[in-house]
Amino acid sequence: MKELLIILMSAVLVDNYVLNKFLGICPFLGVSKKSDQAVGMGVSVIFVMLVATAATWPIQTYLLDPNELGYLQTIVFILVIAALVQFVEIFLKKFIPALHKSLGVYLPLITTNCAVLGVTINNISDGYNFVESMVSSLGCGLGFLLAMWLFAGVRGRLEESDAPECFKGIPITLVAASIVSVAFMGFGGIIDKLFA
Amino acid sequence: MKKLGILLKGIIKENPVLVLLLGTCPTLATTTGVISALAMGIAATAVLICSNVVISALRKAIPDKVRIPAYIVVIAGFVSVVQMLMQAYFPDLYDMLGVYLALIVVNCIILGRAEMFARKNGIIDSALDGIGMGIGFTLALVVMGSIREILGAGTWAGIELTAIKPYAVSIVTAAPGGFLVFGCLIALVNKLFAGKNAKKEFACEGCPNASACNKASCESEVKEETK
Repeated sequence: MKELLIILMSAVLVDNYVLNKFLGICPFLGVSKKSDQAVGMGVSVIFVMLVATAATWPIQTYLLDPNELGYLQTIVFILVIAALVQFVEIFLKKFIPALHKSLGVYLPLITTNCAVLGVTINNISDGYNFVESMVSSLGCGLGFLLAMWLFAGVRGRLEESDAPECFKGIPITLVAASIVSVAFMGFGGIIDKLFA
Repeated sequence: MKKLGILLKGIIKENPVLVLLLGTCPTLATTTGVISALAMGIAATAVLICSNVVISALRKAIPDKVRIPAYIVVIAGFVSVVQMLMQAYFPDLYDMLGVYLALIVVNCIILGRAEMFARKNGIIDSALDGIGMGIGFTLALVVMGSIREILGAGTWAGIELTAIKPYAVSIVTAAPGGFLVFGCLIALVNKLFAGKNAKKEFACEGCPNASACNKASCESEVKEETK
C-alpha cells in the first residue's frame, strides 16, 4: 500500500509529466486557454491513460515478452492506443451519450498525445506490475490534469498582461510555464520526507 | 531552383521548431546537452526522410479515410528501425534518449510533414523537404542545447569552458530552464523576422489533430454563449 502511495504521489507532484518530463506539451499549450476546456482535456487524458495501460500491460507481458517480440513494442502500442480511442469513442456515443458529449471532442486529440504513449512505455521499462502500472497511470493523469488546470488560471492573467511585442502569444506562455515548473520543483524531496 | 527552395525553406523560413512551433516535447526534453540534442535531431531526421519518401510513394495507394493510421504505421516502423540501430551501435545515446526515442512516433513534425507535404508531392520533392525540415529541426535543437549546456553546466558537448564554469546556473538545464530558453528563443526569432512570418498563436495547421482541436475550442465557446 505504501509503495502504491509513493508511486501515485511522485507521479502527480515530483515527476509531473508536463512540467518535469515534457510530455504532452501540445495540449498543455493548445487547450489551456479556458479552465473548463483544460479540465475536460485532463479528465479525458486520465481516462485514456487508464484504458491504454489496462490494454498494453497484458499485451507486453503475455504476448510480446514470451514470444521475444519486444522490439515491436512501439508499433503495437501506438496502434492499440489509436484503435482503443476510436473504440471508446464509439462505445460512449452509443451507451453513455452524456459522457460522450462532455469528453467526446477531446478523445481524438489524445491518440497522438505523447503523454499517453509515454506512460505505457514507462510503466513497462520501470518494471511495474499490473496494479502498480494502473496506479502510476492514474498519478500521471492526475498530474496532467493538475498542471493543465493550474496553468489555465495563469493564462487567464496572461491575456490581460502587456508583454513586449515579440513575446506576445507563445513565448510569454512558455516563460509562464517555466515559472509554474519552478513551483513544482519545490516538491523535489517531499516523497522521501513524507514516507520516511 | 525550385528544388533548392524546398530544401532551404525548412532550415530558416519554415523552421519546424522555431517558426512552425511543432515538436515541442522533444525540443524541451532532449536539449539538456548538445550531444543528446544532436542525437535526437539526427534520429528524427532519418525517420522523417524515410517516412516522407514512403508516404509520397504510396500516396495514390493509401485511401484518404484511413490515411492517418496508415502514416502512423509507416512512421512507427521506421522509428523501430532507428531504435534497434541505435541500441546496437550507440547504446550510450540510446540510454540517454530513453523513452523520447520511441516517442518520435507521435512527433507532430513527422506526421505534420506527411499530412502537409508528402501526400501532395512527388518522391524527390518529399525527400528534399524531409532533409530540409530535418536539418532545421536538428539545428534548432543544437542551438537550444548549446545555450542550455553552456549556461547551465559550463560545458559544450562535454568540453569544459573554464571561463563560464564557475558562473553556471544549474536551473537552465533543469525543467524550468527548458521552457524559459525556448520561450526566449522564439521571441528572438519573432523579433528578427518581425512581420514576415512571426507566429503569434500555437501552430495548428501542421498538427493532424487540428480539426478536432478547433472543434473542441469552438464547442466550449458555443457553450459559453448559450449560457
